[in-house]
Amino acid sequence: MSVTSVEKDPESLTVTVRADLDATVERAWQLWADPHQFEQWWGAPGFPTTVIDHNLRAGGQITFFMTGTEGERHDSTWEVLAADPPRHLELRDADVDDDGRPNDGNAMTVMIITIAERDGGGAVMSIRTHFDSLSGMEKELMGFEEGMRIVFSQIEAVLAGTPV
Amino acid sequence: MVVSHESHADVDRIFHALADSTRRDILALAVGDRYSVSALAKRYPMSFAAVQKHVAVLEGAGLITKERRGRERLVRADVDTVQRARVLLEGIEELWRARVDRIDDLLATEKRTTGGKQ
Repeated sequence: MSVTSVEKDPESLTVTVRADLDATVERAWQLWADPHQFEQWWGAPGFPTTVIDHNLRAGGQITFFMTGTEGERHDSTWEVLAADPPRHLELRDADVDDDGRPNDGNAMTVMIITIAERDGGGAVMSIRTHFDSLSGMEKELMGFEEGMRIVFSQIEAVLAGTPV
Repeated sequence: MVVSHESHADVDRIFHALADSTRRDILALAVGDRYSVSALAKRYPMSFAAVQKHVAVLEGAGLITKERRGRERLVRADVDTVQRARVLLEGIEELWRARVDRIDDLLATEKRTTGGKQ
């Protein structure tokens, strides 16, 4: 089971991903609620994620960093806007520098996660990401250059009329 | 072309430009053909000045360029920049597909080690 739909909306600057998971709703919630599990899926291979603080309640903060292949460190601080276990979570990613201060004040990303029972068993998880200024979009793609190169080469191939 | 070298301000301008349906329409037209601003203005129920403003936003984002032909200045799409915007959106999609793959692996490993109990 995996991704069932991806909606990219340049008008509202949102990307909505829906995925079927072979898990109960409560189990799917733990992917976000358990920092150890979150560390295992958030970062790309070769970019380990380390959670520092993890306070999953409204007004709480989640801080973590990812380590790149050259040892460089990318810090993230999320504010928890809403947390209603096990179905609803809203996070705001403040674009911060190494000292945790906002970089430019307008690069904010909001993620709304909803988890529901799936007809026929399992859970459906929907992640709607709203890129407020779109600087956040680039930030989220940090450490994803390899994937970007693959995607770009696919687009190049399509435009050139050659099979991928 | 490497997307990650694009400055944040450039990316913001691209997406701001694309966040309007008239501008997306103008861009789509400019990919296929050359139009003057006055030819574009005839296609929309808005003033020449309004269309000119949309064209200026697209030009400021590097999505279109203007070239002179005789007395007219024709609008054409800058395909490189359009591709950059597409690549960013595709990149976000791929990022999440990869994450969901890792979630699937995590759940599957757990099922194996706990004999299906959660």
